[in-house]
Amino acid sequence: MTTQGQSDFDPVSGRTTTGHEWDGIRELNTPLPRWWLWTFYATILWSVAYWVAYPSWPLATSFAGGAFGWTSRGAVSAEIDALNERRASQGAGLASATFAAIARDPKLMSIALAQGRVAFADNCAPCHGAGGGGGVNFPNLADDDWLWGGTLEEIAATITNGVRVDGVKATRLSLMPAFGKDNLLNADEILAVANHVRSLAGLDTQKGANLALGAKTFGDACASCHGPGGKGNPMVGAPNLTDAIWLYGSEIPSIVATISNPRNGVMPAWGGRLDPVTIKSLALYVHSLGGGK
Amino acid sequence: MNIAPGEATEDEGPLYAPAKKVFPQSVKGTFRSIKWTLLCFCLAVYYFLPFVRWDRGPNLPNQAVLADMANSRFYFFFIELWPQEIYYFTGLLILAALALFLSNALYGRVWCGYFCPQTIWTDLFLWVERRVEGDRRERMKLDAASWNAEKIGRRALKHAIWLLIAWWTGGVWVLYFADAPTLVRELATFQAPATAWIWIGIFTFTTYVLAGLMREQVCLYMCPWPRIQAALTDPDALNVTYRRDRGEPRMSLKESKRARVEGSPAGDCVDCFQCVAVCPTGVDIRDGSQLGCIQCGLCIDACDGVMAKIGRRPRLIAYDTDENSKRRMAGRSMAFRQVRSRTVLYAVLIAIVGGVMLYALATRARFAMSVLHDNAPMFVRLSDGAVRNAYTIRLSNKWGVTREFWMEASGFAGIVAASADADVTPDGRLHVSVEPDSTRAVRVFLTAPRASVTGKSTTILIQATEAASGEVVRVADHFFAP
Repeated sequence: MTTQGQSDFDPVSGRTTTGHEWDGIRELNTPLPRWWLWTFYATILWSVAYWVAYPSWPLATSFAGGAFGWTSRGAVSAEIDALNERRASQGAGLASATFAAIARDPKLMSIALAQGRVAFADNCAPCHGAGGGGGVNFPNLADDDWLWGGTLEEIAATITNGVRVDGVKATRLSLMPAFGKDNLLNADEILAVANHVRSLAGLDTQKGANLALGAKTFGDACASCHGPGGKGNPMVGAPNLTDAIWLYGSEIPSIVATISNPRNGVMPAWGGRLDPVTIKSLALYVHSLGGGK
Repeated sequence: MNIAPGEATEDEGPLYAPAKKVFPQSVKGTFRSIKWTLLCFCLAVYYFLPFVRWDRGPNLPNQAVLADMANSRFYFFFIELWPQEIYYFTGLLILAALALFLSNALYGRVWCGYFCPQTIWTDLFLWVERRVEGDRRERMKLDAASWNAEKIGRRALKHAIWLLIAWWTGGVWVLYFADAPTLVRELATFQAPATAWIWIGIFTFTTYVLAGLMREQVCLYMCPWPRIQAALTDPDALNVTYRRDRGEPRMSLKESKRARVEGSPAGDCVDCFQCVAVCPTGVDIRDGSQLGCIQCGLCIDACDGVMAKIGRRPRLIAYDTDENSKRRMAGRSMAFRQVRSRTVLYAVLIAIVGGVMLYALATRARFAMSVLHDNAPMFVRLSDGAVRNAYTIRLSNKWGVTREFWMEASGFAGIVAASADADVTPDGRLHVSVEPDSTRAVRVFLTAPRASVTGKSTTILIQATEAASGEVVRVADHFFAP
């Protein structure tokens, strides 16, 4: 509720009022300094200059581009170009250096590890997990157990050619037969050999398991790849069955499922997608996660 | 509002006030002398401090006060602060706020009147103005005069000197952020980096505008302290006060003589407006405490001069309290109570905060260790069933020389430490050397044998020992298992 004030003078403060009154309280006139007004006008002028200089007004199908031709997309791509340039010059030594030479040069090593970490997060982490921790069905790259070998050269070869990739000549290739699905072994033999595999790793076996049949079947069907003692063979990607690491689980049903109808997991070949320096950096990074041989 | 659009009414006052021109007159006296002394002292500290040297050894800068942005270090004589110790600045700001409150409870706006950079530089600029254009009357005359050669010449000279001082002010500011003698040489030979020139430009501009052109407008419209101060003051705080009980009713010397002969009341104030003429913010102290009064005490000097001339007692305007004004009017004697609950509280708070800061500073470690557990993966099961956890350990060497550190972990039987970044000694400790005044991150793998891992999470202790001094830092962290 506002009313027009009768007097524009407030006797208590000795100052003029604006004439506005709210329930008997009159608003004193406290003028802003004139320079404040000029500052305000200056900001308006600044905004007009800004419209002219930078992209501002949306038009029907485009926008007013601004005198400087600046765009946020252009700024980002310039930054990315600069970054790529810097990476290329910093990593120039990586292209020609051998793994051994990089390991001797702390500066090259730190560049390789930094690039490898980023490339791993972009390309590898979706399956192998951040930090290479892996998961069920996806190998842990931080442990000391390797399907296809854990030296720098072997890791680089696996990354380049992938695992079981059609059309890549040097790909990591081996197929475990589907012993159950293709009726190569009967159900009793499969259960027995599953128990035998657990005993190889020092795990307990089922009550009444036919371990003799298991050992015989293992020797006939499995030892050619996994070795007579089940120690595995990285040449053909046959895992070590005696250790504490189980890609597909160590329970009897999991082992039976693998023997009956193996997963034969795959990994893309990165040779055509990533440049050699990035693959080299990735190999060094994966090697550094803790399990490198 | 019930006013129709576009309808101007008589009671609409001006919305914008033109700046009132203030021409402070020169004055001599106790407070003016104190102000000159403090001005010289503060400016001397500001302009010369960057050139003070302080030896810190071969690998560290030898400038006593230096904010080394490029290397993230702050040096203040014997103190060196790293970015993670920014809380010392927080503590310093808390101390500064409490000191401001205490000074306000004791002596009012003593900060505004004597120490504020705005006051000091304005005072300096006013001094230049007086030298070039003369005192109050001459400046007013010059201001009113048309733009003749003399006016243009004097104004140009004044602004040139102001800009020169402003330039020096900005120039010294950047010296706190780089080695001063080197930067001075670079500036003189135009080799200095662009950032130095930009910052000098910014500070030249702000000094010139704030101290030369804005002056009291900064105190009146920009500064938050007068608003806060008005809410913090109390009746016992000493403020620059016009002793109304003694001064009123004010009248000219002649009238007051006549009135006194007649026996009618006549105050000591002769309404000579000297207090207003000398005021740097142009206020009338006789209107009482007000936002525009920075309590610099120059009106006290001016009034004392007048009182001495006409043979009346000095200190008609004086540092006084509201409480005493009331007491005198009630016919009681004056009482100054400096020790009050609020001054004691502020002093105690200052002592506590200052004490905590001093204690922290005196007992802080010369090296620091932080331990960051890898969170992906949390742990790794190895082929022999052992469990491995990875940690990133950061060692900060705050000495000016390379130091050797020995790290060991405990918490499990048979725990083994390994690292690609550190040497492993035969007794299982890790040996790392850290460059002077720097931090080094070391990735460490801790492996516990299958038999000794019992719970999902176990507390472990990582201990680092500095070889030369024997200083030890221990950090507790976790070891995770399936």
